[in-house]
Amino acid sequence: MEFRFEIEGGNFSKAGTASSEVKKILKQLNVDPKIIKRTVVSLYEAEVNVVAHAYEGEMNVEIIPDKVSVTIQDKGPGIPDIDQAMQEGYSTATPKVREMGFGAGMGLPNIKKNSDQLNISSKVNVGTIVEIVNYLK
Amino acid sequence: MEKIHFYHALKVVEEVCIGCTHCMNVCPTSAIRVKNGIANINKNACVDCGECLKACPVNAIFVEQDDFTKIFNYKQRVALLPTVLLGQFPDEIKEEQIYAVIKELGFTHVYEVDETADILTDVTKNYMHKNYQNRPFISSFCPAIVRLIQVKFPALVDHIIHLKPVIDISALFYRKKLMDEGFQREEIGIFYVTPCAAKIAAVKSPVGTEEMLIDGVINMDFIYNKVLLSIKQNKEKAKEVPLKRHLSRRMIGWTLTNGEASQYSGRCLAIDEIHNVIEVLEKLENEVISDVDFLELRACDHSCAGGVLATENRFLAIERLRKRAAYHHKNRPEILKEREIEKYRSYLLDNISIKNIEPRSIVSLDTDMMVAMGKMKKINRIMRVLPGIDCGACGAPRCQALAEDIVQGKAKMTQCVFLQKMLVKEELISPQESFDISEKTWGKERFEKKNIKGK
Repeated sequence: MEFRFEIEGGNFSKAGTASSEVKKILKQLNVDPKIIKRTVVSLYEAEVNVVAHAYEGEMNVEIIPDKVSVTIQDKGPGIPDIDQAMQEGYSTATPKVREMGFGAGMGLPNIKKNSDQLNISSKVNVGTIVEIVNYLK
Repeated sequence: MEKIHFYHALKVVEEVCIGCTHCMNVCPTSAIRVKNGIANINKNACVDCGECLKACPVNAIFVEQDDFTKIFNYKQRVALLPTVLLGQFPDEIKEEQIYAVIKELGFTHVYEVDETADILTDVTKNYMHKNYQNRPFISSFCPAIVRLIQVKFPALVDHIIHLKPVIDISALFYRKKLMDEGFQREEIGIFYVTPCAAKIAAVKSPVGTEEMLIDGVINMDFIYNKVLLSIKQNKEKAKEVPLKRHLSRRMIGWTLTNGEASQYSGRCLAIDEIHNVIEVLEKLENEVISDVDFLELRACDHSCAGGVLATENRFLAIERLRKRAAYHHKNRPEILKEREIEKYRSYLLDNISIKNIEPRSIVSLDTDMMVAMGKMKKINRIMRVLPGIDCGACGAPRCQALAEDIVQGKAKMTQCVFLQKMLVKEELISPQESFDISEKTWGKERFEKKNIKGK
């Protein structure tokens, strides 16, 4: 089963709607609540990253009986050094943004922690593709 | 699907129900459908929040209470009053008078339920310290919220504090006290005066415990009427019962919004009204809200003062309660006899825990994921042909709900009035068939009454 959700860059008031939709679907499918939680937390992080950094993006969700595979693709600045971005605490956010409580740099490591497979590919000035796979059993 | 049935206090009077869609549209768990012109409440989905009762334009939904004469089955008849009861009466009616009338009705003892709030606060502090990993903690105070989490947010059940709410602790306390005074267990009847439907459901089918701590429930509006009637008619004034006990300001505030959340350290939030609560639970589930220590969640607007069985305007009731609390605080700082409860502290602590709160999701389409997936595909196909305007004319609150009902075998595609029109146009069903289907949903009467041609 496939689902597609659009993500609007810069619109924080709508950030999280795509992941909430996925949550609703997984609940209806009677997926273990713990797996739902992991999945939704990782998708939410990825979704917010698109809102915060890219111009636009989309989330494509594929659910097959044993796993949920999600691709979050955006048009945006891309990530120049993925390894560096994966480090806990690394952030490109300015001190001012951090004072506001954003940009703690936990995004990618938190996605990794809450997913069974994570694949990130990116081209500077083109965009980023985040692939997340979680097993449902 | 399991076939456990839950007691619900909200009932539909079929003779009065006009089969409109008000209740169906406001139900936060989509538990209501209209069939044969009558609202049907799905027992597995209902959380007894009372939204339907508030929305009903013809008072067809009521809160079922125990027969009052049931109290006389007991030698010792205890009335457990919710604190909000005293906020229902005009200022010139004194606490002493209210107590006197309740005793005249036949009760031998009158107590206020929030008297054990301090014990619960202490134990909760300990509990939160010990079970730190289960943060954020959700109060078990409001039974409608506990049920809401069970059916709609099953992943969050472990966050509910597994301790009895004050109503149960008070019931334990007073029963034990009377037993220590020499009465047999079966001689003691404890009756709770309830401001809402959810408390009744919690008394009749408790969550996380098998014991029945309370013997019966009486609706608060019933007591309210009795008290007012008696005071208005007894011109010579009922003999007042001198009060030797008064609740502390903290206890009086307990059932009002922020009554619990203000007692704990850390980041505590108090949220009232069921839609507000749902919004927060959604965020909690997505971990958008983290780093919260304690959540006080209540189904009614302005907590228990907004209960469906409260008669007085909730803002006025709250103002009175605050005044009462301030008065006692200023004039009688020593809470007389209150420490009596200390003797029972260890007994209450031994009995304060509740066992598992089971998740019982109403959201999942099937327990088998493969079957659920098949059903979801069907629902998505059905959704493509439904109009998507959520008119409710099929007897379900939304197109999505109808689609789910169809897939679960509880409804038919043809219930949709839009599809009916299409099918008639394409001559796949006759106008008579279409009419019959509508009659099945809305009842014969709905169509009989109207005389379109006039005269």
